[in-house]
Amino acid sequence: MSKRTDIESIMVIGSGPIVIGQACEFDYSGTQACRVLRAEGYRVVLVNSNPATIMTDPEFADATYVEPITPEIVEKIIARERPDALLPTLGGQTALNTAVALHEAGVLKRYGVELIGADIDAIQAGENRELFKRIVAKVAAEHGLNAESARSAICHTLPECLDAAAGLGYPVVVRPSFTMGGAGSGFAYDEEDLHRIAGAGLDASPTTEVLLEESILGWKEYELEVMRDRADNVVIVCSIENIDPMGVHTGDSVTVAPAMTLTDREYQNMRDVAIAVIREVGVDTGGCNIQFAVDPRTGRMIVIEMNPRVSRSSALASKATGFPIAKIAAKLAVGYTLDQIPNDITRETPASFEPSLDYVVVKVPRFAFEKFAGADQTLTTHMKSVGEAMAIGRSFPEALQKALRSLEKKGSSFGWAGDPGDKDALLSACRTPHDGRLRTMQQAIMAGATLEELYEATSIDPWFLDQLYLIDEEARAIGAGELTLAALTRAKGHGFSDAQIAEIRGVTEPEVRALRHGLGVRPVYNTVDTCAAEFAAKTPYLYSTYDEETEVPYGDRPKVIILGSGPNRIGQGIEFDYACVHASFELSAAGYETVMVNCNPETVSTDYDTSDRLYFEPLTLEDVLEVVHAEQQTGPVAGVIVQLGGQTPLGLAQALKDAGVPVVGTSPESIHLAEERGAFGRVLAEAGLPAPKHGTAVTVEEARAIAEEIGYPVLVRPSYVLGGAGMAIVYDEETLSAYMARAGAASDHPVLVDRFLDEAIEIDVDALYDGEELYLGGVMEHIEEAGIHSGDSACALPPITLGGFDIKRIRAATEAIARGVGVRGLLNVQYAMLANVLYVLEANPRASRTVPFVSKATAVPLAKAAARVMMGTTIAALRSEGMLPAEGDGGTLPLDAPIAVKEAVLPFNRFRGVDTILGPEMRSTGEVMGIDEVFGTAYAKSQSASYGSLPTKGRAFVSVANRDKRAMIFPVKALADLGFEILATEGTAEVLRRNGVHAKIVRKQSDGVGTDGEPTIVTRILDGEVDLIVNTPFGSPGQSGPRLDGYEIRTAAVLRGIPCVTTVQGLGAAVQGIQAIAAGSVGVRSLQEHAQRLRG
Amino acid sequence: MTLATTGTAVLVLEDGRVFHGTPYGAEGETFGEMVFSTGMTGYQETLTDPSYHRQIVAMTAPHIGNTGVNDEDPESSRIWVAGYVVREPARVASSWRSRRSLDEELRRQGVVGIAMPGTRALTRHLRERGAMRAGVFTSPAAPVEELVEKVRSSPAMVGADLAKEVSTPEPYVVPAHGEKRFTVAAVDLGIKAMTPYRMAERGCEVHVLPASATAADILALDPDGVFLSNGPGDPATADYAVEAVTGVLDAGTPVFGICFGNQILGRALGLGTYKLRYGHRGVNQPVQDRRTGKVDISAHNHGFAVQAPTDGPFDTPYGRAEVSHVNLNDGCVEGLRLLDRPAFSVQYHPEAAAGPHDAAGLFDEFCALMARPGTTEGGKSV
Repeated sequence: MSKRTDIESIMVIGSGPIVIGQACEFDYSGTQACRVLRAEGYRVVLVNSNPATIMTDPEFADATYVEPITPEIVEKIIARERPDALLPTLGGQTALNTAVALHEAGVLKRYGVELIGADIDAIQAGENRELFKRIVAKVAAEHGLNAESARSAICHTLPECLDAAAGLGYPVVVRPSFTMGGAGSGFAYDEEDLHRIAGAGLDASPTTEVLLEESILGWKEYELEVMRDRADNVVIVCSIENIDPMGVHTGDSVTVAPAMTLTDREYQNMRDVAIAVIREVGVDTGGCNIQFAVDPRTGRMIVIEMNPRVSRSSALASKATGFPIAKIAAKLAVGYTLDQIPNDITRETPASFEPSLDYVVVKVPRFAFEKFAGADQTLTTHMKSVGEAMAIGRSFPEALQKALRSLEKKGSSFGWAGDPGDKDALLSACRTPHDGRLRTMQQAIMAGATLEELYEATSIDPWFLDQLYLIDEEARAIGAGELTLAALTRAKGHGFSDAQIAEIRGVTEPEVRALRHGLGVRPVYNTVDTCAAEFAAKTPYLYSTYDEETEVPYGDRPKVIILGSGPNRIGQGIEFDYACVHASFELSAAGYETVMVNCNPETVSTDYDTSDRLYFEPLTLEDVLEVVHAEQQTGPVAGVIVQLGGQTPLGLAQALKDAGVPVVGTSPESIHLAEERGAFGRVLAEAGLPAPKHGTAVTVEEARAIAEEIGYPVLVRPSYVLGGAGMAIVYDEETLSAYMARAGAASDHPVLVDRFLDEAIEIDVDALYDGEELYLGGVMEHIEEAGIHSGDSACALPPITLGGFDIKRIRAATEAIARGVGVRGLLNVQYAMLANVLYVLEANPRASRTVPFVSKATAVPLAKAAARVMMGTTIAALRSEGMLPAEGDGGTLPLDAPIAVKEAVLPFNRFRGVDTILGPEMRSTGEVMGIDEVFGTAYAKSQSASYGSLPTKGRAFVSVANRDKRAMIFPVKALADLGFEILATEGTAEVLRRNGVHAKIVRKQSDGVGTDGEPTIVTRILDGEVDLIVNTPFGSPGQSGPRLDGYEIRTAAVLRGIPCVTTVQGLGAAVQGIQAIAAGSVGVRSLQEHAQRLRG
Repeated sequence: MTLATTGTAVLVLEDGRVFHGTPYGAEGETFGEMVFSTGMTGYQETLTDPSYHRQIVAMTAPHIGNTGVNDEDPESSRIWVAGYVVREPARVASSWRSRRSLDEELRRQGVVGIAMPGTRALTRHLRERGAMRAGVFTSPAAPVEELVEKVRSSPAMVGADLAKEVSTPEPYVVPAHGEKRFTVAAVDLGIKAMTPYRMAERGCEVHVLPASATAADILALDPDGVFLSNGPGDPATADYAVEAVTGVLDAGTPVFGICFGNQILGRALGLGTYKLRYGHRGVNQPVQDRRTGKVDISAHNHGFAVQAPTDGPFDTPYGRAEVSHVNLNDGCVEGLRLLDRPAFSVQYHPEAAAGPHDAAGLFDEFCALMARPGTTEGGKSV
């Protein structure tokens, strides 16, 4: 058995936009798969709507379709490309569901496409809970294994749910079938809960099916990552144990690899069950994960579920062990067996083995509740985290403390300063799983809680609890005696950062560092080698630890260290990983030895294949300085790149430079020029560029005075933030005072107060500057007007309404800023155009979120070019070597260039009850791109890729703010002309009627049910009577009345998954999109074809 | 950099390398061959495996003792390792089956150990320089040079005849579970409890005999099959066992050997054995059945291996034989099979305690061979 030669081309489906529960781990797996399949000589056809991914770079596939991942569109691509096979197991649930839909629609059969790496029966068996339950019972009986399923019932209606729950006894777990990331699941403690959760669950499930289960809350939770080849060889790549017991979604749990609290007898039983189950399910080849719950009192083991595909956990397992699951899965899918595939890391041993770890890996979730006021922050079976960080250490305390500081969030690390507060209050807080519960537990320990009390409160295994006590004892030891060599070594071995030690000792972090370095206490770097040092490792994948020997290899080539972006969060995600990975590829090709530092296990940057060397490390000053030191000990370091990983590395720039580290690209001083409002104001003044009137305030009084002078509304935000964190538009003094009070608590930096340019067109620019020449990467025109964060706003490139003159002005302004600030590399500028005046809103001398989108839309690898510019190559040289176009730039695209639309994807379905209107604070988790000949079609594609297709008929409900009434008339009329029945609230309906559009008046929620039982609009939406909602917000948040009405409408829309347009500009775009779909003009084209047209 | 010495205990290797740590388990000093095990689970089974007699075992997995010690998992009546090296001993034992802590158990059985940060450095050292003698001193009273001297004067593994030291003094019987199908004579060269259990599960009444059992002793039981167990020491010294097996082969009784038993069968077939540089000890070794191509993830604990031609069948005093299994990591011989008589053996542990159960089918093969002793085919192959 060997590689298949009967297939030549393979289609790979990606996972689409980053959403909660499906993030960039699928870029990692998909990128690996594409690389492997191409290296094996197959023609690869890729479909993924997410432009921020590395996999959608034209160089990773032969034909790359950045198109909506819908069965209709994928069928069009299949018809064009005629692939021999489809590999659907590397693009998450999205790819798997699409493959099932294509199979069921007969598309695969019609075009003779073979499904590889998965089979439909196995997918069904893995996903269908009743079938799966039978499989578990069967293997347990046949092999005499300890395994059961939770007692449960499948229900299709609410009455069925109520009956079943009565039989099972409350609490019951509700799990909808065929949803990803546990969407729609939860615990029902009583009938009322059940009504709510099961009702939503039945809706969320594409098969209107939910499973009710006995509660196994508090049981130990485990997961095994399994691989099988077609010769039936099976290996367990990794075991993972959740510190948070059953009840918290694995994605939201703190997890550890390998499992820490199983004897061999229990572990082997689990392994036997996993293998027997995947054989019985019929997982042909590839990776899958299987989850278990173990009763800590009796050892009774329940098999929770399995996923017949690679997953977030398999990305974690790959990073935790060095065993590249997705890569191997791709090879197995084309016919190899495990023993035929070499282990990349040892190169001498085969992939048919089980990794042995001589370290501990801890993963911690990163949440973004601060972005979603009103969201329930309790952790449940419904995943809510937006990212994760992983850390490796030679002991659990070391790995855990490194992981917590990798979160880069104030208060995420353990701390011993101050009074922890009341023990009972802390213990009571520990009962409810929440973001930072381990820290709450540590505080409870400080306050005197016993292990028994903590166990009673949390059900967390006593072994883990004891490790927290161990950390606490170490903290006390640090505080007690002299900081001797032995004491410091011990503290560092338990994962304490210099900052923590400083806090405990009441000294400064630099003082601790100086003392430590003086004593020669530095970390060593161990290799992740898959085999616990049994064999020599060839692939340098390193982590720091306070141990005996360092394993950093010596090298002659000049080294470039690239600092990554850390855990994904809203505002800093995959786009920055994209830039880092590109820089690494390009600089490696240019002769440098590339060194990546990052702690996000989901990413391509933390694939050991990406850079010449990978350090899996937190991105704190201390950890980065140690990596730089280690690298300097083993060869020349040419530079450290901080401008590609977002705000995380940028925030370290000055301190790194102060410590003598060669920071390349834009200098820390220049970064400061752009970030510090006063300094930046002087840059603008010198260049003669206007900015909205503004000021910088530290106190409430200062803020009031500034607002008074420039006039309300004002835009307020803390300086040095990304993703608009803490940004708000403030209309009055009272709100301003409240804002200042909150801001003071959240940040050490002053607050910027700007005049808010209502109704301006916002423009985003990405550019390159080498000190001499500016290359305008792309000019993006926002579809929503100013006031909505650029990350949440849809935008078009080339700009749809700006003319050549505007572009010239923008180029000139951007160049002036680049020169004034002293940029070397990438620059992102945001402008607002109002009454023909071009205002500069802000400039960021770094890679931006839009770099991958611009690169794909214009067929120019901006991040690669930026990396070269940072290392000293000129734009002129890059033009002559062909990386950049010989002439022109992203501002001079040909008139027939395709239009690319970027649309943001928002996680409101995860945070029920949170208002969905857009504002100056970014809340989107991901983005999609729609690309086509004209704006309407491109916009329709972007909507289809992000939220599901726009409706082309049915009922449209319209309710807009007064200021939008004039602008909505034409688009609503167009909807009516397209055949939509228009529903509207009274005021809106009046305006429409006077303009010749018939609109049926419907009751507002605040009107209540009519006398003759006439339902309100919210009821109508919930009943599925409405197909499109147009609702622009008015009134202040939190008030009753109109704002609340809108809130309830939008919430109902999220609940039912109905398209909801919240800006009048968005409405115009939607109408163009609907017209395009109605005209039947939606075609598909690969990025390679677009590039051919743009660059020849 | 050098690490601060927080504790008093030291691990001294015969080549002079010293590791510092804190005492773990019993206090005192101990000597043995320094080996490492890469298993991440199963420390209790490892400690009680007689094959580790006279060896100081270092665990590469950092956290040891987390699930405490229970009464079900020991593989023999005592801990056999000469010394124990770990990185992070558990302070709390957590398992519903745990009866006491590992630290307590080590003290109770007088096993000297050390907890030290440098277990990975130690493993790398052994990987590069091979297994060597070592000593653990929990409160060293002499300078390092003297400790090294002490280590160098301790007995070496090559040439050590240890099977008799760990073997049962008296024969005993493990009854078949359910209906008895076969009588098996199992020669205890260091047998683990799980091995007769796995055979008993399959209807074998297992008569466990001392290592010194002769062919006559064995055949007197009129067994359906003879089992040769794992065990410690240098196979080159166990002439008595080789002689006994020769007698069994002459009688034509089916033979199944594992680990040390594989080496004994190999020697009876006229093959040589040699010491591996640092052995295979762990639960993740890929072994390929050369006939089916199937790969088992298997449990290993051996420092010696059989030298045999892998390019095809070869002649022995008992007819043709072949290398049936190889290790995919290093190509080492992992199994032998006589082609004209009912005898086979593997270098690893199908009873797998600790370790994965992939190779359990070898016991079925043994049973099939006993059911049809005239053939050399064991029926279902794994």
